[in-house]
Amino acid sequence: MESLTIFLVLVALGFVFGKLAESRHYRSIHAREEMLVRLPTTSCKNPMGNNSPIIHAELVHGHVVISVDYFKQILAGLRSLFGGTIQSYETLLDRARREAMLRMKERCPTADQILNLRIETSSISKGENGDRIGSVEVLAYGTAIYFQQTSPPHP
Amino acid sequence: MFVSNIEEIPGKTITTCYGIVSGSTVRAKHVGRDIFASIKNIFGGELTAYTELLGESRDEALERMKAQAQQLGANAIVNVRFSTSSVAAGAAEIYVYGTAVTVE
Repeated sequence: MESLTIFLVLVALGFVFGKLAESRHYRSIHAREEMLVRLPTTSCKNPMGNNSPIIHAELVHGHVVISVDYFKQILAGLRSLFGGTIQSYETLLDRARREAMLRMKERCPTADQILNLRIETSSISKGENGDRIGSVEVLAYGTAIYFQQTSPPHP
Repeated sequence: MFVSNIEEIPGKTITTCYGIVSGSTVRAKHVGRDIFASIKNIFGGELTAYTELLGESRDEALERMKAQAQQLGANAIVNVRFSTSSVAAGAAEIYVYGTAVTVE
């Protein structure tokens, strides 16, 4: 009985705080993505739509470790009995990827483009059974390039 | 030191190639961080301590790779790749590798 109560409390805590954290995170992601929309990022190796000479290039990277909450872990465990998409993990990975890309862009706000973007995902800690994802790390890296200014820089 | 993850440094030409250079670090998180992380695992959200830890080790691996390239006399590293693997429970290895070259 006692362990059931603890379990239910943990699930409730995970549900409330997990939901709060997720919506807060999405709000911040949306706001920052809007701010950095001027910095195009591609997975191509050549700059796009601009033939001006490049004066500087540097490696930039950004990364984040995000953990899933207890409620979603239980939900995902139930889901894996029946099969199908596990939406709670989809949003976790989506948040982690977008956050990693934003952090990468924030390292070079004055760059003109980021080329050859690579995204790498690894799971940091495993659950008690060794098969559940506790948290994921996402690393985004690319090459930031700066063009010779022919027109006045963006305001 | 120019570093890029493309086969060239954009806007420059490669004159000499020195071969592979790499840097790696293996780091463990301490128990306090582990306990904190398992509590955070109930509520969800970012594990700041782990983010910092991995950031520090990645910077160190990069520095080691750059030092190796400098020793060879190179002034740039191209085609850099990162890789992460967990060696043992609670420890992670960060490995960075690339090709050392001279550019003009």
